[in-house]
Amino acid sequence: MTTLAAMFLLLVYCTPEKPKFEGNESKNTSSKSPVEEVVDPSKGIGPVKHVTLSSPLDQERVKRGKDIYEMKCEACHRLDDQRIVGPGWKDITKRRKPEWIMNMITNVDVMLDQDPEAQKLLELCLTRMPNQNVSIGDARDILEFMRQNDGEK
Amino acid sequence: MKKQIFHFVLTAVGALFIAGCKPQGPAGVTTGGAASKVYVAPGQYDEFYNFVSGGFNGQMAVYGLPSGRLFRNIPVFSVHPENGYGYSEETKPMLNTSHGFVPWDDLHHPALSTTNGEHDGRWAFGNANNTPRVARIDLSTFRTVEIIELPNSGGNHSSPFITENTEYVVAGTRFSVPVGDNRDVPISSYKENFKGTISFIKVDPQTGRMSIAFQLRTPGFNYDLSRAGKGPSHGWFFFSCYNTEQAYTLLEVNASRNDKDFIMAVNWKKAEEYLAAGKGKTEKARYAHNIYDEKTHMATSTILEDVTVLDVTELSGIVYFLPCPKSPHGCDVDPTGEYIVGSGKLAAVMPVFSFSKMQQAIANKDFEGDFQGIPIIKYESALHGEVQKPGLGPLHTEFDANGNAYTSFFVSSEIVKWNVKTLQVLDRVPTYYSIGHLCVPGGPTKKPHGKYVIAYNKITKDRYLPTGPELCQSAQLYSIEGDKMQLLLDFPTIGEPHYAEAIPASMLKDKSVKIYPIEENQHPYAAKGEKMARVERKGNDVHVYMTAIRSHLTPDNIEGIRVGDNVYFHVTNLEQDWDVPHGFAVKGATNAEILIMPGETQTLLWKPLKPGIYPFYCTDFCSALHQEMQGYVRVSPAGSNVPLKWSLGDEQVVQ
Repeated sequence: MTTLAAMFLLLVYCTPEKPKFEGNESKNTSSKSPVEEVVDPSKGIGPVKHVTLSSPLDQERVKRGKDIYEMKCEACHRLDDQRIVGPGWKDITKRRKPEWIMNMITNVDVMLDQDPEAQKLLELCLTRMPNQNVSIGDARDILEFMRQNDGEK
Repeated sequence: MKKQIFHFVLTAVGALFIAGCKPQGPAGVTTGGAASKVYVAPGQYDEFYNFVSGGFNGQMAVYGLPSGRLFRNIPVFSVHPENGYGYSEETKPMLNTSHGFVPWDDLHHPALSTTNGEHDGRWAFGNANNTPRVARIDLSTFRTVEIIELPNSGGNHSSPFITENTEYVVAGTRFSVPVGDNRDVPISSYKENFKGTISFIKVDPQTGRMSIAFQLRTPGFNYDLSRAGKGPSHGWFFFSCYNTEQAYTLLEVNASRNDKDFIMAVNWKKAEEYLAAGKGKTEKARYAHNIYDEKTHMATSTILEDVTVLDVTELSGIVYFLPCPKSPHGCDVDPTGEYIVGSGKLAAVMPVFSFSKMQQAIANKDFEGDFQGIPIIKYESALHGEVQKPGLGPLHTEFDANGNAYTSFFVSSEIVKWNVKTLQVLDRVPTYYSIGHLCVPGGPTKKPHGKYVIAYNKITKDRYLPTGPELCQSAQLYSIEGDKMQLLLDFPTIGEPHYAEAIPASMLKDKSVKIYPIEENQHPYAAKGEKMARVERKGNDVHVYMTAIRSHLTPDNIEGIRVGDNVYFHVTNLEQDWDVPHGFAVKGATNAEILIMPGETQTLLWKPLKPGIYPFYCTDFCSALHQEMQGYVRVSPAGSNVPLKWSLGDEQVVQ
């Protein structure tokens, strides 16, 4: 009985919620091309609240970031602006805040479910960016490599 | 009449239920209150994992309890084309034996590892009954990680029962056979030449690695089942023996003549003393030891050449016989370790032996004779008592935490609950039909988890929709929480379920491995990143270092393969997210597909026979663009000079 009652409650509670993908689609129809909208100042959702960038680049980080990129990211992300599975990385550090980038890498499932910019990318690419099991420290290394790729010294 | 009463109760319960909970559908009406007890709502988890032997399918299946839902069929002793076990280059060595590659076996008994006599959730062991072996399954990956073959064994049935701290896994031969150098002998020389062998497999407490510490050479009987002592009886092991007549033909009749066979009590601490004193004889043997390495994602098979033997007819004090009526099958030790239950398949009573009385009898030399020099303890001297008229054809006994035993009866098709101390029968329920083994969660341990008893039946007949001559096998779940056992659920099983163990889900679910970290992948042919994807030719061997990620395989165009080549597709799954395996299959492959878990590398060998273009693709639906996850291999005639080249998109490499 308790189980049944609990289930009933659960049903009532759950019914109004629409499947997530539908919600996204309806939002999308009101917007213009999603490609034009990838610029967003938000820091995204996740554990990374504030990142301090320094110049010149930390070359140790860049090297580590490149190694991780080649193992875990390159299959989907090119370094130019070409989209393979996910978008190319050229100029990503100019379009996105460092916090957003690191949250996207380390907290991708929440970002894809809740962050409007991440959701636009999902609608564009139609493949959920995988959780590649990247630590925050590793994500910081990747960010440094991205900065180098965008021409920073 | 009894059946009518049963129906009446069910209907009454059903009626109450309808009145109380109208919203539930027809299933609730027909099964009464039982339905809510086994209902696990969508998205909710079961309370127990149930590890069930697959019998003649050679595998071990994992179900949830109380729902009876099937989660996994873990490949153990049989090839499994579904994921490439036994077909991939990495897993083929797991099924290597001294007889060569053996793709099938008959798995009867799972045993879950214990510490201090309680489940510890580390490993499951399983026995191969036909070509004698013991396997170890890692309960964090649900994969077979080790298999050891057993020399001098004719059929590994009384296995893989374990000691209190998983010090040893035992393996007793069902069929006695000639051992040593003298094997080509007349079958009629059974009494003279045929021997029993009990292997004690040492388990490394940290790694779980198995090695045969010693083998006991025992009289030529059939060794059926066994249990280790625990608590006061720690250091002892008990084996049921039948065919003490030493028959070698028409056993149905010839092995059923004696009024009593034996339960063999083994003092393995004593055996260890003899071993330490150098009394073991090293004998030549040939057996395979296969290990799967989770870092290289690869199995290796080593053939070992010798084994240490202790002859129990020469070394006194290791073995004593307890007379036990009529071909005992089950031989079960209660949670206190004091009582040993013998189940003579053809007997009208069930003897319960007392460990302390047995010890007293040994001290007093209270023997009624000997068999080949091994003392036979007087039946009455070791007997705690007999369960009178329990049922027909007792097979196996499990226990709850309240001093009760649950015994399966094959012939009368029922489970009988009785009190271990008083020997009083307390309750009985029918099974549908002809129960073999049964399982109480934690039933063989010092600390049973209780709550349910599950019957594993030999016959289902009319219980399910018919499917031609071959019907499903099945299990039945009963509640044992009240005084009366209550049937809650029937659920079909795959293969033939023999023994099973159940463990609380909370002991395993949080340590389940989700991915293999790609950084730790030490497979020699891994491509850890698309930059490392490539094709290399070494003579007729072509190695394709391929990567898989949603939703492409790299490379996806390959040319320069020739008829006569051995093409090794080494596929590395670059994903690092849970539940994203990729699969790989290529047209005309004569083996199987492979499934590759995140971070893993697996290899499929392909030998193209004709020139042409061969598609390959991902077989495990992985993303919205899964149908795009494909590629082509061009195969040219033998001796062709088409250059070896490979590509993904515009990035092409030519050699």
